[in-house]
Amino acid sequence: MKFVDEFRDGQVAQALAGAIRRKVTRPWNLMEVCGGQTHAIVRFGLDELLPREINLIHGPGCPVCVTPVALIDQALAIAARPGVIFCSFGDMLRVPGSAEDLFSVKSRGGDVRVVYSPLDALVIARENPEREVVFFAVGFETTAPANALAVSQAKKEDLRNFSILVSHVRVPPALEAILASPQRRVDAFLAAGHVCSIMGMEEYHPLAAKYHVPIVVTAFEPVDLLQGILMCVSQLEEGRAEVENQYVRLVKAGGNRPAQQLIQEVFQVVDRTWRGIGGIPDSGFGLREAYAAFDASRRFNVSDVGGPESPDCQSGLVLQGLLKPMECPAFGKACTPDHPLGATMVSSEGACAAYYRYRRFEPVR
Amino acid sequence: MCLGVPGQILDVVESPLRLGRVAFGPTVKEVSLACVPDAMPGAWVVVHAGLALEQLDEAEAKYMLECLELLEPGWAEEGP
Ligand code: SF4
Repeated sequence: MKFVDEFRDGQVAQALAGAIRRKVTRPWNLMEVCGGQTHAIVRFGLDELLPREINLIHGPGCPVCVTPVALIDQALAIAARPGVIFCSFGDMLRVPGSAEDLFSVKSRGGDVRVVYSPLDALVIARENPEREVVFFAVGFETTAPANALAVSQAKKEDLRNFSILVSHVRVPPALEAILASPQRRVDAFLAAGHVCSIMGMEEYHPLAAKYHVPIVVTAFEPVDLLQGILMCVSQLEEGRAEVENQYVRLVKAGGNRPAQQLIQEVFQVVDRTWRGIGGIPDSGFGLREAYAAFDASRRFNVSDVGGPESPDCQSGLVLQGLLKPMECPAFGKACTPDHPLGATMVSSEGACAAYYRYRRFEPVR
Repeated sequence: MCLGVPGQILDVVESPLRLGRVAFGPTVKEVSLACVPDAMPGAWVVVHAGLALEQLDEAEAKYMLECLELLEPGWAEEGP
């Protein structure tokens, strides 16, 4: 067991696992929403500490994994243009579009740069007034304020060579799609802590009530995850379906108001397609009309670009908790981190990549 | 990708954007402090994509750093 050997809080973890074991009377399926949580669970073998009744399913909370192929193809089309500096988080470079990835465009001479922040892309735009600088704005609500700030600042400075290709997704509509599915397997959610540090918990109350599902906002540290699981299991066993906060040290019920105001100013709620899952109403952010001049998709006229996903990739089922990565026939064979067929094999937070990296080739039990 | 990395604020320039330098171990980066209007030099903040999401106390920050270092060696020192 990796966890107990390596982690200084091994005893606390064992105590929490014991408390979970004593509470459980029947099987429950818990979905951790955030890819960072998935990474931590697989890395520390937390699922191996849990009683066999608890099945953890890995949710769609990795923005790299759910960005649709069509948007990757648009990014590729823009990045390949002469005169463009295309800026992106590093994770996106290996994500396969329908034919190739950003890394291939870069190796053919495209000016593709890895940045840590959209604000870095803004600096590049200021320093290169003769070039078009495009930032690939991928992310959940956590990343939205930084992207909104970059665009609002570009507008204030009248920076005309800066734009963003937006692929922003929102968590609550995706949870609703999972809950409303006839194939629903999820009994409770560990909601994503950092998403809620921005948005707060208000959006989750109607979901908990309508679908009678416990939702516990949880951090990604091992002991936090076990505590979040214990809170979910207690609710399930007691027949409660409430929104609770395990991550009180960072998440306030109302979230971060200045960050929400930034998002509100620049973005509006739009429909989005999720890679492998399909269209979900109201599940994304797009630029408001007042900021349309900063929309790379319009500026480069690529909104019609976009090919199909690999027919061999089952990441849609993985992202909805209907398939474990090692149950995909391509896992570890046709699909590896060096030759990924799907995005969930690329990002360190993708479920397929986490299972591959920590050598989970067999079911836990 | 939604993970934040804790760092300590070294200084704050209030206008016009509320920017500040934040130390992540030996690495120092310029970060937007626009969403943490009360955070002052010495305070710990969780940073994601170049923007501070929230303040947290030092003990929590150190605990989080330890966890990050176990999860992905090198992350905590590089910063977000
Ligand atoms: S193992 Fe590869 S092909 Fe299979 S679901 Fe995961 S990413 Fe897709």
